[in-house]
Amino acid sequence: MSHIFKDLHWAKEIPLHEYLVPQSLTEALDMLAKYRGKARVIAGGTDVIPQMRHRDFEVEALVDITRLPGMDAIEQEGNEAFLGGLVTHAQVASSPLIKEKAGLLADGAARVGSPQIRNIATVAGNVVSGQPAADTSIPLLALNARVTIASRNGNRVIPLTEFFSGIGKTVLDSSKEILTRIQFKTLGENQGGCYLRLSKRQALALPMLVCSSVVRVAPEKRVIKEACIALGPVAPIPFRATRAEEKLRNAPITSETLNAAADISMKESAPRDSLLRGSREYREEMVKVFVRRSLKGALEQAGVPVD
Amino acid sequence: MNKLALTFKLNGRKVSVEVSPNTLLVDLLRDDLGFTGTKVGCREGECGACTVLLDGIPINSCLLPAYKAADRSVTTIEGLAEEDGRLHRVQQAFMVEGASQCGFCTPGMIMNAKALLDKNPNPDESEIRHSLSGVLCRCTGYHKIVQAVKTASGIIGPEE
Repeated sequence: MSHIFKDLHWAKEIPLHEYLVPQSLTEALDMLAKYRGKARVIAGGTDVIPQMRHRDFEVEALVDITRLPGMDAIEQEGNEAFLGGLVTHAQVASSPLIKEKAGLLADGAARVGSPQIRNIATVAGNVVSGQPAADTSIPLLALNARVTIASRNGNRVIPLTEFFSGIGKTVLDSSKEILTRIQFKTLGENQGGCYLRLSKRQALALPMLVCSSVVRVAPEKRVIKEACIALGPVAPIPFRATRAEEKLRNAPITSETLNAAADISMKESAPRDSLLRGSREYREEMVKVFVRRSLKGALEQAGVPVD
Repeated sequence: MNKLALTFKLNGRKVSVEVSPNTLLVDLLRDDLGFTGTKVGCREGECGACTVLLDGIPINSCLLPAYKAADRSVTTIEGLAEEDGRLHRVQQAFMVEGASQCGFCTPGMIMNAKALLDKNPNPDESEIRHSLSGVLCRCTGYHKIVQAVKTASGIIGPEE
């Protein structure tokens, strides 16, 4: 009977020779270097383990970074928030700082997978996986987040807008680099943000559409000074609708303005027909609805009621 | 393949075993240690039947390399009853309410419910549903499961 099951993913053993647990970042980077691409970092493991079982990649060793010191905290310095590379979705979703000053990120983190997944899966891992639908990548893009990438040559800090390079691909070289920190400016006066997700169920459901907006309005609350709109999975990477953002710069807060931004965002997206996520036409329409709705949500948080 | 020496606490007792680098916690528990109360459903974190508590926090044991349990505390469904065999109040409530059909998701449901009540002894219905949202019941008997958690929390008596 067992031969019937041998091709099923759950019947397959994960091929692996070593499970390494470094105690410092230097040691972790040395281990990656030693294996020359034949090792992969594991943190929560909720992406890595299913991927290995599906043979999406094969490595000789896993380097478990969850015991590295000083990477599991959410910190604030002035108006900048810092998420250590080991901070989990559950931590972000329940953090008073994030809920108050970057609510869109807390909302996104609260929608990943299921409670058990969020308890162990890291936000850095969600970002590094490079999925176009990542529930935290999209609000982080709208927040103009930057990521710190550590290698044996030192650290580099790059904007998240330059991080994604294709479906499941990023500029991080997983054979020698580790994402150690995410940072962004928290939202202040005259600013607001919003995260929206379209999925079939409230838990354990892939997103059909994720949209996040952040706005800054003029103090008299009649003009949008600046807006950031991030979308996925309606292109190979999570992306910013920059032409729509340009349209919103110094624009009066009217429904015409929001409709125009929604139309442009739709043109900037390129959803494919998907059995899991819905047809191209449906999702194009929903991009318009979600951009409008998320801008309204962000404006309301910035103290501007919009009907 | 280099074996790893793993020591952890399982249901309050210290356990020392050798594991392979690719051993997952659920397989260690079921195949090597005989704790078959924890179920394997999907093996990809979708169904939650394999939920155990790691330092009191619910996680999917099918996605956890066993070595991650090193020096930590794991609680399975077998660890809920008292020493004298008296069942945990969540288990009792599941029996009283008939909150189990085929029973396959039950250990996952109970472990998540226990973790919720440990943290929040008086949850409302939305908190209960939220805490159980990572476990799928394919008999779709959710009503009685939610009812059982309410009963266990003592906010209402057993349904007549």
